[in-house]
Amino acid sequence: MITTILGLGATALELGLISSLTVLALFLSYSMLNVCDLSTDGCFTLGAAVGAVVALAGHPYLSIFAAMGAGILSGFVTAILQTKMGIDSLLSGIIVNTGLYSINIAIMGGSSLLNMNKTDTIFTKAKTLLSDTFMSTQYRLVVVIVIVAVVVAAMTWFLKTRIGLSIRATGNNPDMVKSSSINPVYTTIIGLCLSNSLTALSGCLLAQSQKSVNITIGSGMVTIALASLLIGNAFMGKGGIGKRAIGAVLGAFIFRLVYTIALRFNLAAYMLKLVSSVIVIIAISGPYFKKRLPEFKRMREAKKGARNA
Amino acid sequence: MLELKNISKTFNPKTVFEKVALDHIDLTVNDGDFISIIGANGAGKSTLFNAICGSFLTDSGSIRLDGQDITLMADHKRARMIGRLFQDPMRGSAPGMSIEENLALAAGHGGWLSKVSKADKQLFRERLSLLGMGLEDRMNQPVGLLSGGQRQALTLLMSTFNPPKLLLLDEHTAALDPATAEKVLALTESIVKDNHLTCMMITHNMQSALDLGNRTIMMHKGKIIYDVAGQEREGLKVSDLLAQFKIAAGKELDNDRMMLV
Repeated sequence: MITTILGLGATALELGLISSLTVLALFLSYSMLNVCDLSTDGCFTLGAAVGAVVALAGHPYLSIFAAMGAGILSGFVTAILQTKMGIDSLLSGIIVNTGLYSINIAIMGGSSLLNMNKTDTIFTKAKTLLSDTFMSTQYRLVVVIVIVAVVVAAMTWFLKTRIGLSIRATGNNPDMVKSSSINPVYTTIIGLCLSNSLTALSGCLLAQSQKSVNITIGSGMVTIALASLLIGNAFMGKGGIGKRAIGAVLGAFIFRLVYTIALRFNLAAYMLKLVSSVIVIIAISGPYFKKRLPEFKRMREAKKGARNA
Repeated sequence: MLELKNISKTFNPKTVFEKVALDHIDLTVNDGDFISIIGANGAGKSTLFNAICGSFLTDSGSIRLDGQDITLMADHKRARMIGRLFQDPMRGSAPGMSIEENLALAAGHGGWLSKVSKADKQLFRERLSLLGMGLEDRMNQPVGLLSGGQRQALTLLMSTFNPPKLLLLDEHTAALDPATAEKVLALTESIVKDNHLTCMMITHNMQSALDLGNRTIMMHKGKIIYDVAGQEREGLKVSDLLAQFKIAAGKELDNDRMMLV
């Protein structure tokens, strides 16, 4: 029983940490830059596809950077569409997402499925490296923990630099950014490039961890990541940037844990996306209804009063 | 210093909503001028500021600031030379970020990847203490927690942190309660004086239009209809301004927020 729970925890931890990189990407674009980046799904798959193709070509380390580079490109296009070409930010994301579907299949050589069963990946490399140490059994977790820790530390540092502050202010009050002689177009481009590089990294790691890429690997990712972000927000939404970034990772883990447990109790795997949708609905509309609660109360009392009179 | 030549702007041209907001404006602002601007609703006062700041491209004419042609310069680049405060105290600062972070952006010290230095923090403390609002002890609090008056004072500090060549004040005390408005106005005067700033101020208070500064401009229907400075201005009363308006515009001045006394 205990080992089962621990096993579940380890799986949830690994998958949660991998998807936490997408959650951190949304933390940057959605929470900081105030842009809901709907190209996330396509970009996640892009990272997976590019990472897989480069790994299959025999470059497991390079695959990580290639995936991130592809993510930067994708984010750049999304950003240019909304800052320079007069396309609404939601629409830009949707357009890029649609375009990426074709691009992703093209990258995968016209196939919608790639197999990496015998391919050297970052995980198999880690397995060989750690084979003689005490971490040999948990090599997958080690890889993911190291990467997430580096990303969280880098993001916390970055958001306190001048460019980081400018990106936060762009989401908070674009007028004020302009009056500080900073071009909000520039900050939006930088922010979206960085966030998409993380999304792609996340996709790349998931593909290498499950040793295959399917064209649908990223579908619904934006909602899942948003759900995780909002869960994290509920726990650690207040406080410094570092705490909130850790909260985002925690949210991803909690989401996975709950989901893994639900699977254990025979919830069908295809329910994952419905669950994430419901979580996002509750997390966003909850505060809205809470705010309006006094109004509802008053209306009900007024109705009651009218009936009694 | 600032030279506007033949500036025009029409909104929604060739539609039923066509509105001539600025009508062939010529204006020269001298170094060290403190100009108060008055006029009825829709006279084009804020539009004039928008044109100077580059919120839109004017339909015609040229704008020169300190000898440099800025007619086609992007608004965020002009912001380096022009500071601006709005009536809405919420517009000038980012509510979700701390006082220190807001000031760091306004100061713009260091490279893109540099953090707020200790020296900067000390400098922010000193500047904040000049406001006399105790904000220097709340540097890590989010700006969203401040009152309207405190936020406007902070915005004033931010937009003059690196003294701009030109400071534009768009009824920046109108949304504040009278006591706070007076305090912010006094702060404005001392900051303008200490930094020898050239300043233009839109106001709905006729009396302070005459009390403050060295020159007064009256606008009507996108035109400057009255421009007074020096000795002629010294003996002027509010009633004289109203009379001037009637002569130049051909009707009584009506501004629902105008304070005549």
